[in-house]
Amino acid sequence: MTDQAYNFAYLDEQTKRMIRRAILKGIAVPGYQVPFASREMPMPYGWGTGGVQVTAACLVPEDRLKVIDQGADDTTNAVSIRRFFQRTAGVATTEATAEATVIQTRHRIPETPLKAGQILVYQVPIPEPLRFLEPRETETRKMHELEEYGLMHVKLYEDIARHGQIATSYAYPVKVEGRYVMDPSPIPKFDNPKLGNNPAIQLFGAGREQRIYALPPWSRVESLDFDDHPFEASKAAHDCDLCGAGHSYLDEVITDDAGGRMFVCSDTDFCAGRRAKGHRGRLSSEGVAPPPHPSPTRGEGGASLDAMVHVNDPLASSPPRGEGMGVGGADPEGTA
Amino acid sequence: MIRIENLSKSFTLHNQGGAVIPVMAGAALTVGPGECVGLTGQSGAGKSTLMRMVYGNYLAAGGRLMVGDLDVATAEPRQIIALRRQTLGYVSQFLRVVPRVPTLEVVAEPLLALGTPADQARERAASLLRRLNIPERLWSLSPTTFSGGEQQRVNIARGFAHAYPALLLDEPTASLDAANREVVLSLIEEAKARGAAILGIFHDEAARARVCDRLVDVTEFTPKAAA
Amino acid sequence: MTLMERMTMTDQPLLRVEGLTKRYGQRIGCADVSFDLYPGEVLGIVGESGSGKSTLLSCLAGHQRPDLGRIAYDGRDVLAMSETERRRLSRTDWAYVHQNPRDGLRMGVSAGGNVGERLMAVGARHYGDIRGKAADWLGRVEIAADRIDDRPSAFSGGMQQRLQIARNLVTGPRLVFMDEPTGGLDVSVQARLLDLLRGLVRDLGLSVIIVTHDLAVVRLLAHRLMVMKSGRVVEQGLTDQVLDDPQHAYTQLLVSSVLQV
Ligand SMILES: Nc1ncnc2c1ncn2[C@@H]1O[C@H](COP(=O)(O)OP(=O)(O)OP(=O)(O)O)[C@@H](O)[C@H]1O
Ligand SMILES: Nc1ncnc2c1ncn2[C@@H]1O[C@H](COP(=O)(O)OP(=O)(O)O)[C@@H](O)[C@H]1O
Ligand SMILES: [Mg+2]
Ligand SMILES: [Mg+2]
Ligand SMILES: [Zn+2]
Repeated sequence: MTDQAYNFAYLDEQTKRMIRRAILKGIAVPGYQVPFASREMPMPYGWGTGGVQVTAACLVPEDRLKVIDQGADDTTNAVSIRRFFQRTAGVATTEATAEATVIQTRHRIPETPLKAGQILVYQVPIPEPLRFLEPRETETRKMHELEEYGLMHVKLYEDIARHGQIATSYAYPVKVEGRYVMDPSPIPKFDNPKLGNNPAIQLFGAGREQRIYALPPWSRVESLDFDDHPFEASKAAHDCDLCGAGHSYLDEVITDDAGGRMFVCSDTDFCAGRRAKGHRGRLSSEGVAPPPHPSPTRGEGGASLDAMVHVNDPLASSPPRGEGMGVGGADPEGTA
Repeated sequence: MIRIENLSKSFTLHNQGGAVIPVMAGAALTVGPGECVGLTGQSGAGKSTLMRMVYGNYLAAGGRLMVGDLDVATAEPRQIIALRRQTLGYVSQFLRVVPRVPTLEVVAEPLLALGTPADQARERAASLLRRLNIPERLWSLSPTTFSGGEQQRVNIARGFAHAYPALLLDEPTASLDAANREVVLSLIEEAKARGAAILGIFHDEAARARVCDRLVDVTEFTPKAAA
Repeated sequence: MTLMERMTMTDQPLLRVEGLTKRYGQRIGCADVSFDLYPGEVLGIVGESGSGKSTLLSCLAGHQRPDLGRIAYDGRDVLAMSETERRRLSRTDWAYVHQNPRDGLRMGVSAGGNVGERLMAVGARHYGDIRGKAADWLGRVEIAADRIDDRPSAFSGGMQQRLQIARNLVTGPRLVFMDEPTGGLDVSVQARLLDLLRGLVRDLGLSVIIVTHDLAVVRLLAHRLMVMKSGRVVEQGLTDQVLDDPQHAYTQLLVSSVLQV
């Protein structure tokens, strides 16, 4: 039921052209943050208006759109954005990574390897990786311009000094094509290796901060580290309790008040696909129909997802930052 | 080694009505290697002033002031710095040091400044302090709290640490007892023996008689108008 | 020839400043300042408050652009450099010690991280090496090794100042700018800092430009002295000569208003 009151994909053509120019510039200068005039969207900033605008500028009627939030297709956030584009662009949607042409994501990269021709659009709360070390925008811009990135390593140094290892486990900074240091958005560092050498186009949109940046296919992306403390894409020392996957990113889910818990793939499509092929985990008994993917906390959107403990980073001192706060009025600047 | 020709000096007191005090005119003397020349003249005659000019501490108003082949009267500050480091030593009447620095370091510093290895410099400093009867327990303390005589001896040790080719000594024996005065005089004799040119002020007649080869009365250099 | 002799005998100044002028509208910040600084030399700048000392220092260090004049560092025209080049210099060859350690330290970063930053900025990527160097420098400025993970906010003023010095010197700069580095410290702490600075100048062959209003500090630290008044240099020369035989009326006043320096 396409709503004729809107232009295709909600944004007017001129705005989409402006955003596409920013995207092209971003692809031409991988990792460089391109300013763009972010438009008001009929949703709060915390819902990923940057990603939504980038998606809107990319969509064509033939596209098949997948939207995920922390890997799941069925959260309020993901469902609303998917419905938004169904209504405003009339595009087909899918939950299958392999079938999607455009995937908008918050905080994850799908487990299923992406292919040439696919576009992965990230929702970005804070595009500036230097922000927490140097609050002055004029200064951070200068630091990028002059490749003064020593400060990024100061942060990692502090991590090791304090925790004995690099404790940063989300939004782990990367260097793109040996030039720009980039915030990959709050994906777990487990996903960092998928950023580089990826056949898909990866686009990053920050609505409130009005920045777009990009990784063209097959970009060289290095996670920052020290020679004697090399980057590690760590994950929980568990298998998925539903599908038995041994190397997918896991969420820990509290199952009852008695402290019962289980580990399940955060990528719901990946997990379901494995189970459909007959893979089984610790808590799915043979022959019995597997329980539905548990998402007890997902209905509330981002905030509660962030509250979930990711077991692979017991030392994480700070929760994933930014966007998770953005449900409705929880975001003070949400409607600004 | 030291050759002074037609040297003059006056002080202008800008904040006292611009009064100009001429204190020296036509000063001339030479000190050869291995020689010790004593400056004489009553108090206020200009002995220290002349010595300070040689060291570059006071500006000369006119004339030539050769130390080795450098004319201190016209030299650049950095040339004087190099001269002081390598060639020209000065034992002033007062010790001026960075607080908190141990005596041993104070004495070794001229050598360290020349790049002498630290242990070698300290060994030399220790032997001088020992000779000048500064008790070893004081070496690790700053000399700022020492008695006048002790400070004077630290000052002398520092002045003799490096074998300067030229030395300026302003009353080096003034507040010393007989035994220590003897040590200082023998240090001076040793310096002469190795060829140092020494310009000194000695109020003590006996000391003067023993080490000075010649005397120059600075009263001769007092400007006629002021005399 | 010893290292020191070689340094004092070099004929090339490290820094050559000619006719440097900076105005703030009608007001003069500093005017027509010229001098040469040679390797291993410490130049003191004194003058009453508002005489243009900090203005001069910040123009020299590239924090402000002078209106007129030339600055040559190691034979290179500083004012003609791109900002990239200038900033690279200030990360490697130059160091700036601020009067207030808070302006020169990252208060939210540990002492070790503060010292290590310049190393990482020039490409050090071995955590163990960086930490080792930081520990070594903390030792040199007499900060106990077990404070390496403490933040500067937990340090006394004197310790913060010493930390700032360590942070600045770890990459072995050749030219250090200091604006009142001992101001606001009590006398015994000042003395320690002076001792430290003298040792570093001597051992590392640093060239230093130090702004201070404390004549006792320059007497002990500076080889040469420049006296400023109303933005202009009224007198310069050997430090002890300027202090003991001042030629300019203003210098005479400055010296006579201080007891026994
Ligand atoms: N810095 C100065 N400013 C003004 N006048 C000075 C200064 N230093 C010395 N004088 C004057 O120069 C003259 C010579 O003083 P100087 O100290 O050289 O005497 P001296 O021969 O060493 O005396 P003494 O035997 O008492 O030490 C005196 O009139 C003294 O007041
Ligand atoms: N940012 C500025 N804007 C306007 N005037 C300034 C500024 N900074 C300094 N000045 C003026 O320039 C002169 C020199 O100041 P400054 O260099 O700070 O002196 P100092 O460091 O010697 O105390 C003073 O008259 C001062 O008021
Ligand atoms: Mg005298
Ligand atoms: Mg100032
Ligand atoms: Zn699974």
